[in-house]
Amino acid sequence: MLRVEARTALGGFELDAALEVPAGSCLALAGPSGAGKSTLLRIAAGLLRPQHGRVTCGDDVWLDTAAGREVAPEQRACGYVFQDYALFGHMTVWQNVAYGLRRTPHAERRRRAEELLERFGIARLADARPRTLSGGERQRVALARALALRPRVLLLDEPLSALDARTRASASRELARVLRDTGVPALLVTHDFLEAAVLGDRVAVIDGGRIVQEGTAGELAAAPGSAFVADFTGAIVLTGVARSGTADTTVVDLDGGGVVTSTDPGTGPVALSVHPWEISLEPAGARTEGSAQNHLDAEVVTVTHVGNRVRVGLAAPQPLVAEITGAAVGGLQLAPGMCVTATWKATATRLVSL
Amino acid sequence: MTRGRWFAPALVLTLAVALTFLTLPVVAIFVRTSPGNLLAALDDPGVLDALWLSVRTTLVALAIIVVVGTPAAYLLATRTFRGHALAVTLVELPLVLPPAVAGVGLLVALGPQGIVGGALADAGIRLALETAGVVVALTFVAAPFYVRGAQAAFGAVDRSWLEASRTLGASEARTFLRVAIPAAAPGMLAGLALAWGRAVGEFGATLIFAGSFRGRTQTAPLAIYERLGTDLDAALALSAVLVAVSGSLLLTAKLLGGRGVARAAR
Repeated sequence: MLRVEARTALGGFELDAALEVPAGSCLALAGPSGAGKSTLLRIAAGLLRPQHGRVTCGDDVWLDTAAGREVAPEQRACGYVFQDYALFGHMTVWQNVAYGLRRTPHAERRRRAEELLERFGIARLADARPRTLSGGERQRVALARALALRPRVLLLDEPLSALDARTRASASRELARVLRDTGVPALLVTHDFLEAAVLGDRVAVIDGGRIVQEGTAGELAAAPGSAFVADFTGAIVLTGVARSGTADTTVVDLDGGGVVTSTDPGTGPVALSVHPWEISLEPAGARTEGSAQNHLDAEVVTVTHVGNRVRVGLAAPQPLVAEITGAAVGGLQLAPGMCVTATWKATATRLVSL
Repeated sequence: MTRGRWFAPALVLTLAVALTFLTLPVVAIFVRTSPGNLLAALDDPGVLDALWLSVRTTLVALAIIVVVGTPAAYLLATRTFRGHALAVTLVELPLVLPPAVAGVGLLVALGPQGIVGGALADAGIRLALETAGVVVALTFVAAPFYVRGAQAAFGAVDRSWLEASRTLGASEARTFLRVAIPAAAPGMLAGLALAWGRAVGEFGATLIFAGSFRGRTQTAPLAIYERLGTDLDAALALSAVLVAVSGSLLLTAKLLGGRGVARAAR
């Protein structure tokens, strides 16, 4: 179990966060740039000392500012994977991996390094220099190097962000496997919610130096605790004023016009969120009454194909995005400038008080 | 000729004037020194003594500069602290100090009547007018060239390399030796070559602090000055040797500096 608590001044705001990662589990720390994610990681590794804080790993206290105790980074055995991988350019790949194997007899170091490289399928690169490697290969060397010292925790700073889109999918699968296999607490920093959802058993969303919500990715997407989290998980966020409607429903008068119904309770100013894939489009004026209870007239602004789905940007009193299947687009003959009605269910509408 | 077409030729002309002026003295030395003269002069034991003394004293000075200057440059490059800017400025001070002033300063600091010199004399250490004094003068004037180069080289080392080394179980000292120094080596060597060039040519501070005694404190530049009136051939031969040494040191610095920049850009 890794526990990190820290309170420290950070640029224009204060970082004040506490988190816990059980052994064998990965907590993804997700948030926008400058939210304090990497700072927490550096505090866990001992590369940064917070003004107030406590870091423990199992029964070992790595940092306790109140007791004046601090363990140096080299004595914490943290496997740290840096954002740009930080491979030593003046060493070969195997020397990079063997760097942490100081207590291993010299003759055995190369063999141990090659074993690790073999695990990642890159033993043939043992004598290469880091600058000659591709992004995916560098990531694997960085992971092998971090695992070489049998770390007690794994700390990963944006491990996939330096990779191109094609490599990212396979690197992500491999990383997920490594995280499962190592069995130590893993703390991963990312600005991408999807990455957090794929790699993290749990996701903590951090904004402005504070953890605003923590849960499984599904919990966060289904019940975002704030407009920020809803927006971050990829949902559309609309604002308005709520009043109670009929039969356990809440009616929200949207800022700028339009009315939306939700099954969540709420009164006064609220943010409501709905996922783009919950929204379907119909020709303007057609009111096919069904379980979908929300209708907003909108004008098509953009039509973007993403794989077999289509993202449709809509101009309504507040901007919307619908994600629909290619077949549905063909039926509607969507084009920018066209007027449509966006519909979604009241049950797919989450309310958060502002 | 259309208006405005004069500017580019004017630029070329000024560069040509500058290059002619800057290389003329060097060319003149080689024009006036025949290979026969050069060999004959190098047969003169006085000339050889001066060259040998220059080699010994500059190497000892460089060793002192590297041992003390490397960790100091690392500190300046990797930490910020109160007085950091002042420390950097003080390290650079000898660059702008006239060598004669440096010599006088060393004399009143470390000479027999100097503020520290008395204590040194009590401990049996004499620097003024001794070979050791030459080393002191060379160290004083040449150190900033190395410390500045090494500081810039350490500053260009990716901070995440140093942090990665720490998380991989290496202490700060081990990180310094195994990661920082190898990564900064080209820049450090370029700074070292410049420092050596400055030390080889040192004249004023050495003359004032250590004097010009043959075989003891008379380095090559001092020997050139002494021979100038009596034996122009020997002075020219020594000059030619120094030009060759300085030229190759500058070339080394350029090549290593270029490599360092190329490495940092990767």
